[in-house]
Amino acid sequence: MPRSFDMDLGMLDSRYRELQRSVHPDRFASAGEAERRLSMQTATAINEGYQVLKDPLKRGRYLLELSGYNLADEPHTTRDTTFLMEQMELREALGEVRGSSDAFAALENIMDRIAADIVNLQSLLRENFERANAADLESAAGNLMKMQFFRRLQEEVMDLEAALEDELA
Amino acid sequence: MALLQISEPGQSTAPHQHRLAAGIDLGTTNSLVATVRSGAADTLPDAAGRHLLPSVVHYQAGQAPVVGTGALSVAVTDPLNTIASIKRLMGRGIEDVRHIGSSLPYEFLPGSSGMPLLHTAAGDVSPVEVSAEILRALKARAEETLGGELQGVVITVPAYFDDAQRQATRDAGRLAGLNVMRLLNEPTAAAVAYGLDKGSEGVIAIYDLGGGTFDISVLRLNRGVFEVMSTAGDSALGGDDMDRAVAGWLMQQAGIEDDAGHGQLRHMLQVARSAKEALTTQASTPVCIEREDGTRWEGELSREVLNRLIAPLVEKTLLPCRRALRDAGVRAAEIGTVVMVGGSTRMPLVRERVAEFFAAEPMVDIDPDKVVAVGAAIQADILAGNKPDDEMLLLDVIPLSLGIETMGGLAEKIIPRNTTIPTARAQEFTTFRDGQTAMSLHVVQGERELVDNCRSLARFELHDIPPMVAGAARIRVTFQVDADGLLNVTAEEETQGVKSSIEVKPSYGLSDTEIETMLRDSMEYAENDRDARRLREEQVEADRVLEALRAALAADGDELLNAAERQAIETAAQALETARSSSEYRAIKAAIAAVEQASSGYVERRMNTSINKAMAGHAVDEFKS
Repeated sequence: MPRSFDMDLGMLDSRYRELQRSVHPDRFASAGEAERRLSMQTATAINEGYQVLKDPLKRGRYLLELSGYNLADEPHTTRDTTFLMEQMELREALGEVRGSSDAFAALENIMDRIAADIVNLQSLLRENFERANAADLESAAGNLMKMQFFRRLQEEVMDLEAALEDELA
Repeated sequence: MALLQISEPGQSTAPHQHRLAAGIDLGTTNSLVATVRSGAADTLPDAAGRHLLPSVVHYQAGQAPVVGTGALSVAVTDPLNTIASIKRLMGRGIEDVRHIGSSLPYEFLPGSSGMPLLHTAAGDVSPVEVSAEILRALKARAEETLGGELQGVVITVPAYFDDAQRQATRDAGRLAGLNVMRLLNEPTAAAVAYGLDKGSEGVIAIYDLGGGTFDISVLRLNRGVFEVMSTAGDSALGGDDMDRAVAGWLMQQAGIEDDAGHGQLRHMLQVARSAKEALTTQASTPVCIEREDGTRWEGELSREVLNRLIAPLVEKTLLPCRRALRDAGVRAAEIGTVVMVGGSTRMPLVRERVAEFFAAEPMVDIDPDKVVAVGAAIQADILAGNKPDDEMLLLDVIPLSLGIETMGGLAEKIIPRNTTIPTARAQEFTTFRDGQTAMSLHVVQGERELVDNCRSLARFELHDIPPMVAGAARIRVTFQVDADGLLNVTAEEETQGVKSSIEVKPSYGLSDTEIETMLRDSMEYAENDRDARRLREEQVEADRVLEALRAALAADGDELLNAAERQAIETAAQALETARSSSEYRAIKAAIAAVEQASSGYVERRMNTSINKAMAGHAVDEFKS
C-alpha cells in the first residue's frame, strides 16, 4: 500500500482479507502446536495493522511516527479560537439534548456536525502529509489532537443516545 | 484394502483420509449434533429419529445420569434432580445464580473457585459437568452413526458469551473427551449454514432468539469472508421467559398461587410452551391444567392474548438490535438480509416485528432449530482439513471489552469490544514498593466504569519479579485473545528480561488442575487406563504433525529448504515415526517436540511466504489497473 494519509479503504479491506485468509488460525486448525501459535501471532499483528490503517486518527499518528515525529511531543492544548468555539457550541448543544422536543433528532444533528468537522480535519491532514515538512508535521499533530477531541465528543453523544434508549425501555 | 479405495457417491477419492468431524449446538433448551456426509450437512437423529436432544440431565443416586427425552419425562416428578437450562449458569458465579437461579427450581451450593454447584441425588455437580453429560450423549450419537471416533468438533456459543462462559463451554467439551477445534459464534454458524459466503455480499443481521438467550449480530460479507461487525444481546432472555409469561397468565386464570410446588410449576411451564407452539399456526388453542389437588382447569388461549403477553419481551429484543446497528455504524435500511435462528423465531409476532424493524423479509428456509448445528458442521468439516480448497474464513470480534482493575476500583479498558480477534495488547506496570517481587492483576470484562459492575474474569498473580527499587521494574503484561475469544496472559520484566510466572485464579471457572481431577474422577476415564488414553492422544497428535509436515514438504520443501535443513527435519520426522509405533507416550511427546523444534524455522518461512504471496497478488492487480 502506498504510504499516504489518503486511504483506499476498499483496497485496504481486500488486502487485509487476503492476508488473513493465508494466516488465520482456522487455516491451521489441524497443524502442529508451533504452527498454530505462529499463525495466531501473525493474525494478531495483521489485525492490529489493519486497525491502525483503517482509522484516520491512528493512521495519522502512525504516519507522524514514521516521519520521525516524537509522539510524546504531541500538543495537549490549542489556542485555535475557531476550534474552541466549535467545541463549546457542540457541548452546549449536547447539554440541551434532554430538554429538546426530539432528543434523537437533536443527537443526530450533533453527530452530523461532528462528522463534517472531522472530514474538514481529514482534508487538512491530507495536505499536511503530502508536504510533510517540519511545520506541516507540527500542524498535523495539532489537527490530530483536534480530531481526538471530536472523537471523544462522538463517544459522549453515543453514550447519551444509549442512556436515552435505556430510559425509554 | 489398500488397492480398493471405497468412497461415498459424489465424493472424489481424497488424497488423505476423511476425518470425522461434527458441529455441536449446545443449546439452552435443546442440543444438536450435525456432520457433513457426502458433501451435505445435516443434523443426526437418535435411534428413535429425534434430532433435538433436550438439554436436560437427570441424576439418580448410584446410577449413570440420563440425558435428553428420558430426563425430560421425569422433570415433573423429580424436579430437583432434573437439571434443565444449564447453559444459563455456564461461567456464572454464585452471586449471579442467586439472581438467575430464582427462576430455576434447584438447590445451589457454593463450590470452590466461586462456581455454583447444584445439589442432586447423585451428589453435587457443576454446570460444566452437567453440560459435559449433554456433550457426551451427542458424541456417542455421532460416533455410533458415523461408525468411528470423532477427530474434532466445533461447539457453538452465543456471540455475546463472555470469556468465563466460553471457557466453561470449552472445559465441558474437554471433560466430555472431545477435541474442541473451535468455539463458533451461533449467528456466524447460521450465516454459514445459509451458504451466505457463496456469492452474496453486503451487510446481514442474524436475529437469534432461543430458549434462554437472545443474540443479534451484524455481519459483513465480502468474497467468502464473514466479518462480525458488532454483536449485542441479552444472555437472559428467550423463549423460556415467554413460557413463564404465559404460565403466569394461566396461573392467574386457573387460580393457582405463585408459591405452588416445583412439580406444579413445571407442569404450568410445559402447558404454556405447548400452547405457545400451537399458536404459531393456529389463531387459538385449548389449554388444560391439572392442579395439585387433582382438579382441572380448562380454558382457551388466543394468539391475540399470547401476543399481548410476549410483546414486551419481543420489544426488549429490539434494544440490542439498535445497539448492534450503532456499534456497526450501519442503519437498519442498509441491512440486506436478516437470518432467523432459534425456535422462538417461529412465532408470528417475532417475525412481524423483526421484518418491520429491519424493513426486510427475514430468511426462514432452514429449520431455525437446526441451522446453527448445520453451520457448525460445515465449519468443523473445513477445520478438520476435509476441504483444503475452501475459501471460507470467519473473522470474529470480542463481544465485551476486557479491562483491568486500577486504583479506586475503576476498570481500565485494554481491549475494547468489537475488536477483531485474534488480538493482543501489551500494558506496562511497575512496582510501588522497594524490593517488591510479586503483584496481582484483576481482569474484568464489561462496558461499565466500575469494576464491581463488570464481570470478574480472573485474578493473576505475578511472581519472580527481580527485586528493585520502587518504580524501576517494567513489567510488560500481554493480554492475548485467541480466535475462540479466550484470554491468555503472559508477563515479562523488561529491564532484566525475566519471565514472571503467572498464577491464574479464574473467578468462576475451573483451574486446569480441577479439570484434570474431574477427568480422572469421571467414570469414563476411571474405567480406562489413564496412560492408554494419553498414549492415544499423543499418537493422534503425532499423526497430525507428521501429516501436516509431509503435506508442507511436498508443497514447498524443495523451494524453502536447503539439503542440510531438509535432512534435519526428515531425521526428526523419522525419529517421531519410530516413537509413534512404541507404546511410550512420553517418548512420542518428546519426539513431537523435537520435530517442532527442527521445523520451526521452516514453519516461519512458510508463513512469510504465504504473506508475500498474498501481497504479490495485489501488486499484480495494481499494475493491471
